[in-house]
Amino acid sequence: MTPSTLSKPSSQWRIPSLSWPWRITITYLSLMLFIPVTAMLLKSSTLGWDVFWQEATNEVALAAYDVTFITSLIAALINGVFGTLVAWVLVRYNFPLKRFLDAVVDLPFALPTSVAGLTLASVYSDNGWVGHFFAANTPLGSLFGSEGLPISFTRLGVGVAMVFISFPFVVRTVQPVLTEADVDVEEAAWCLGASQWQTFWRVIFPPLLPSILTGIALGFSRAVGEYGSTVIIASNLPFKDLIAPVLIIQQLEQYNYTGATVIGTVMLFISLILLFLINLLQAWGRRYDQ
Amino acid sequence: MTSKPTSVRSPHQSSWMKGLLIAVAAAYLFLILLLPAANVFVQAFIKGMEPFLSNFNDAAFIHAVLLTLFMAGISVPLNTVFGLCAAWVIARHQFRGRALLISILDIPFSVSPVVAGLMIMLLYGRQGWLGPLFAQWDIQIIFSPPSMILATAFVTMPFVAREVIPVLEEVGADQEEAARTLGANDWQVFWRVTLPSIRWGLLYGLILTNARAMGEFGAVSVVSGNIALKTQTLPLYVEDAYKQYNTEASYAAAVVLAALAVITLIAKEVLERKTEIKDVE
Repeated sequence: MTPSTLSKPSSQWRIPSLSWPWRITITYLSLMLFIPVTAMLLKSSTLGWDVFWQEATNEVALAAYDVTFITSLIAALINGVFGTLVAWVLVRYNFPLKRFLDAVVDLPFALPTSVAGLTLASVYSDNGWVGHFFAANTPLGSLFGSEGLPISFTRLGVGVAMVFISFPFVVRTVQPVLTEADVDVEEAAWCLGASQWQTFWRVIFPPLLPSILTGIALGFSRAVGEYGSTVIIASNLPFKDLIAPVLIIQQLEQYNYTGATVIGTVMLFISLILLFLINLLQAWGRRYDQ
Repeated sequence: MTSKPTSVRSPHQSSWMKGLLIAVAAAYLFLILLLPAANVFVQAFIKGMEPFLSNFNDAAFIHAVLLTLFMAGISVPLNTVFGLCAAWVIARHQFRGRALLISILDIPFSVSPVVAGLMIMLLYGRQGWLGPLFAQWDIQIIFSPPSMILATAFVTMPFVAREVIPVLEEVGADQEEAARTLGANDWQVFWRVTLPSIRWGLLYGLILTNARAMGEFGAVSVVSGNIALKTQTLPLYVEDAYKQYNTEASYAAAVVLAALAVITLIAKEVLERKTEIKDVE
């Protein structure tokens, strides 16, 4: 037998040799991401469908989803409107302090979330800079009844924190699209007699829509998972302002690992669905690119 | 980011409309972002320098600062090596599943930090797969720094790769191939050719990684147990002091993190002017 035929069987079993960057990428992703995700999913699957469904849909959990998702959605939509406006102003107009305001947009990415929660809770408390306008027995506060409008330690406060942390996304997704938008088309619309209103809705807005929606989805996804700032500004009471991430922590503190795993799995699936949706939106935004 | 002058081409847009839009945008930014940020500094120094300086006599504060630096000191290099490898794999190859790999890289940003912490807890906890194994060797993972490093590294995983991929794609592989033809080995190509051309993108990624690593709260809070003088990082210290109605100490620590945020924003701005990158997290 010649040496070449000897080596033949072993070469069939040889793993294709990968370069070091490949090996490091695959190993690190496996250790950090795939194994932990699999561990949680397997733990969930051992519980059985009945237990899973019961834990995932008990009253406290349902109320927590309600607070988490509805509040996040409202916060993301508010930022959809104001984020687009801010992006527009930053791209199209020149004014003093423009660069400063542009840099400030990223503040929620840079400021640790526990600091954000701390300062928001105090700014919106009854004696805080904004909160005191809405306290009981003030002109603005009495519009909302004799108690005034408490913001910190209510669901409204959770919303404020979510608006804060999800703000930069829409601005940063819309800005590049707006920068590259062709102004000639707008001028053509004006020349053909379109009003400002028509120009905006018919010419400027449609190409921006995918990036606005991407930004809203990114902001929503971030707000849904947010813990640091919301746990501090909320009173964390079930049925009132308890959000799903805080519920997971509360379950862990009570050694209810089953409950924590189930809610965690539900949240993981929702995050993955949102990630998929965001990818679709981004693909839609790039549909005319080459 | 460059902005073209606009006055010439918007004859139809009335100037009051422009003024109104700028005013609304500035007011929103002021109310939502600037006011809360200013509040941190005002509350920290409203009684003078005393509360801030008294931080440095607080053993728990000093420990929290050192632990925070330690966490960043380990997880940032880890993610830099991984990020560079992943970026090179993605930017320099066409393979089946490439788009999927890019999406997978984004998972740590879309998963809640609490869920990230929970997954680590379930894996390395007493009843987890790997918990008993490490317990056998007398290595404690949960409620001690190793799990906190894992949690921090998880939530900051994508930054470097995401910033480096577009730079690598733009630079192209020509110079690397030329260097290789001239006899350079892989290591030389990386240090002499690739690294110099991606340095600003890499630095941008490092700054973002570091800011998030030092500020991470949710994931670390799940796995650390938040024990003062043991597993309490600075963001955890802020929350703990606040929960114990020690608002003064809380702000005195928060202002340190807020200063870090300001430095991060300035560094980002400087790099953006240099390179014209601007990215969504």
